[in-house]
Formats: sequence, C-alpha cells, structure tokens
Amino acid sequence: MNFARTISEATPLLLQGLQVTVLISVISIAIGTLIGFFTCLLGLSKNIILKAIAGIYIWIIRGTPMLVQAFIVYFGFPQLIQISIDPDFTLSAFSAGMITLSLNAGAYLAEIFRGGISAVDIGQTEAARSLGLSSSRTMLKVVLPQAIKIAIPSMVNQFIITIKDTSILSVISLADIMNRARVYVGSTYQFFSTYTLVALYYLVIISVLMVISKYVEKKLKYEGKDNS
Amino acid sequence: MKEKIIVKNLYKSFSKLEVLKGINLAVKEGEVVCIIGPSGSGKSTLLRCLNGLETVTDGEIIVDDYIITDKRININKARENIGMVFQSFNLFAHLSVKKNIMLAPVDLKKMTKKEAEQKALELLKRVGLEDKADSYPHELSGGQKQRAAIARSLAMQPDIMLFDEPTSALDPEMIGEVLQVMKQLAADGMTMVVVTHEMGFARDVADRVIFMSDGMIVEEAPPSELFTNPKEARTKEFLSCIL
Ligand SMILES: Nc1ncnc2c1ncn2[C@@H]1O[C@H](COP(=O)(O)OP(=O)(O)OP(=O)(O)O)[C@@H](O)[C@H]1O
Ligand SMILES: [Mg+2]
Repeated sequence: MNFARTISEATPLLLQGLQVTVLISVISIAIGTLIGFFTCLLGLSKNIILKAIAGIYIWIIRGTPMLVQAFIVYFGFPQLIQISIDPDFTLSAFSAGMITLSLNAGAYLAEIFRGGISAVDIGQTEAARSLGLSSSRTMLKVVLPQAIKIAIPSMVNQFIITIKDTSILSVISLADIMNRARVYVGSTYQFFSTYTLVALYYLVIISVLMVISKYVEKKLKYEGKDNS
Repeated sequence: MKEKIIVKNLYKSFSKLEVLKGINLAVKEGEVVCIIGPSGSGKSTLLRCLNGLETVTDGEIIVDDYIITDKRININKARENIGMVFQSFNLFAHLSVKKNIMLAPVDLKKMTKKEAEQKALELLKRVGLEDKADSYPHELSGGQKQRAAIARSLAMQPDIMLFDEPTSALDPEMIGEVLQVMKQLAADGMTMVVVTHEMGFARDVADRVIFMSDGMIVEEAPPSELFTNPKEARTKEFLSCIL
C-alpha cells in the first residue's frame, strides 16, 4: 500500500474518468430535471391516459434496480433495434448510461416536484383563481415558484444520488472514474489506496454541489425576507 | 336597483353529505348582506359557490349576468368582477405586498406594470399600508395581511366582494382595523356578501342579515329587525348563544 505512488500514478487516469463522471452527471441531471418536470405535469393533468403514462413510467423505474435498467438500455435495446430495424445499430456506453441515468432521475424528480406542488397551500391556488387567473397561469405564477423552493433540498438530494449512481454504470464499460480505478487496480492491486482516492474525488464533487445548493437556498430565503 | 347576485334553488352535496338544501337569494347592487349561522351550516360553501370555487349539485347562480353554474361560460372572466377575501388571507407568500396586488391586473392584461404599481400604491394608502408595499406577507401582522388581501382583491376593480369570516383568524385588537376598511368599502357603494361572526359589524353596516342553519336560509331581515325581534325559534336560540 503506497498512497504516494498511487496518487502520482493513478491521478491522470482517474482525472480522465472524473471528467466522464462529471459530464454524464451534469447532462443526466439536466435532462432528468426536464423529464421530471413534464412527467409531474402529466401526472397532474385531468386526462386519464396522460396520467397513466406518468404513473406507469414512475412505477417501472422505481420498481426495478438501476443496474437492470442499464443492462436493458445498453444490451437489450440495441438488440431489439438490430433485429427489427437496423442490423448495424449500436449504442455507446456513454449514451446508454446517459439515457438510463436521465430516465432514473426523471422518475424520482417527478415525485419530488409533485410533493413540492402539493405542499403549497391550496389557499394560494384559490386566491389566484378567485382573482380570475386560469389554472395554468395560477400554476406558473403562484404555485410553481413556491413549490420549487420547497422542493430544492430534495432535488439536491436526488442530484447527489444521480452523481453516485454513475459508478454503477462502470459495469456497462462507461469509462467513468470507478471504471478507470478498476483498470488501475487490475494491474497494480492497490485496492485500498486507489478506492480511497476515488472516494475522496466523489466527496469533493458532491461537497461542491452541496455548497452551491446551500448558497441557492439561502438566496431564495433572503428573497422572501428583509426587503422592506 | 339591479340584482347583482341571483341564487335559485341551490343544492350542494359533498359525496353523500348534503350541505346546501335549496338556497334562494338575491342581492341588489350596492347592498351589503351579512350571513350568520352556526358552524357547519354551509355559509362558506354558499359563498364559494358564488364565484365557482365549488361546483353546485343543482340550481342556478347568476352573478353580474354571468351564469356561474353554466359550465360553458368563461369562469375566469366572471371572477375578475368578483373579489374574494378569505379567513386565512392567502396572500401569495413568495411576493411582496405590492407584487401581490399587481399580479392579477398585469397577468390578465387589465393594466400595464406601471399602472398596476400606481394602483397598488393607491390601494395600499386606502387600507393604511402605504409603508408596507415592499414587505413580504410573513412580515405583516394578521390585520395588515387581511387589509393587504382586501387591497389585492380591489385591484381588479370588482363590482362585488365576497368575505368569508375575514376577521376570525385575527387577534381581537386587529379586528377593528379590518372592519374599518370594510365599512369604508360599504359606504363607497360596493356590493358585499359577508360571512361573519361580528354581530356589531352586521348591525352597523348590513342592509340585510341572513341566518343560515343546516344548509337552509332560516330567516332574513334588516339587522334592526333580525337582532331585536327574530321570528324563528332557531334564530332566537343562535342569537341567545352569541349575544
Ligand atoms: N371540500 C369538502 N369536502 C367535504 N365536506 C365539506 C367540504 N367543505 C365543507 N364540507 C362540509 O360541509 C359542511 C358545511 O361546511 P361550511 O364550511 O360551508 O360551513 P360553515 O357554515 O362555513 O362553517 P364555519 O362557521 O365553521 O366556517 C360541513 O359539514 C363541512 O364539513
Ligand atoms: Mg366557514
């Protein structure tokens, strides 16, 4: 076990992996947030079919392990396309990983948004509707601004989970930091020092996210105070 | 005078519970009607039916020529003309007092931002809150919140104002300031329907007092008559409990 050696030898490789981890996390969080938002709106609509689509999607994602989802997207889905449409179709590990992570985060974020919206007092909606605002304007101008504020801590929590879940994708050969670490360990057997180093890298990224979110939360809080 | 509110044979049930059992009511322009009655008698439900916050089970409601009970009308348009003030204020928590007032007129394109701001400041002055324009709801006392909520309703320049126990959530020392604003409104000729436990207000301001019990209008009369000489046994019993 030689930390100094591991740090100097593995760092270039791990930093490569870290880039992939950060990139896939950022993209998946962005797409997942959009999916979550629209799924949440579908779930709130009066149309039973739209509601059902949202419900089934969330049910499937919550009810199956992400590893299984990743295998279906990476191995199963290309096979289906190869058989039925295009025999040459392939999906990179990065794309498959991104799809899996986005779909996964989207389902949980949809639930988080729904929770935020239902936490806004019904009186807020009634007051806006009484003034003559339509239900969609009420949602946009009165409910959502308050719901997002309520949902931010849970959203950040989900972002953290998504970042950590990227490590699961190392098994579909996504070249993330965990995957790179396994490659390095494969030739050097420096289990303890390498994986400890990887853990530290995760800690740093997630701490940065936490600091940003605390700042945002604080800012939102001040916006509702001390303005007089 | 013109009838601003007409309620014909109104029935309202929540699943199996029948809450309103055949209400008939007419309110004339400029009239102030107070509704009193025991808890659970359906006062709030009746008021909420008037601006379509509750859908009715049967019967007809016409407010300012809008048939509220007709699903084909544009209920949002009708509501622009019917202000509502709630027991729990319901000020928009994420907006300053001024922005609370400006939201609807600007969003519904009744006024430009500038006009709405001017209107907001003018209304705040009218309810004695000119120094609270930039405060947020949580920085106000209950009485101030309710006055701000009244100003918010008035910004849409409604013809009719509905009040659902506007002072019930207030500490006693703040009730007066809200009632004062309402009195001024009544004096300015606003058509008002007020659900209230403030018998003093009803006596001073109401043109007519309606006593509701068990989903029905038991008795209605000018306050001088209803308070001093109630005809129905149930009215007598209720008044003896609270006066
Ligand atoms: N959304 C609802 N769902 C089911 N029941 C309801 C609902 N709203 C009101 N009720 C019931 O309808 C009845 C009348 O309620 P309402 O709020 O109109 O009474 P109220 O006269 O305003 O009473 P209070 O003086 O306590 O405000 C009550 O029994 C109440 O429980
Ligand atoms: Mg009530």
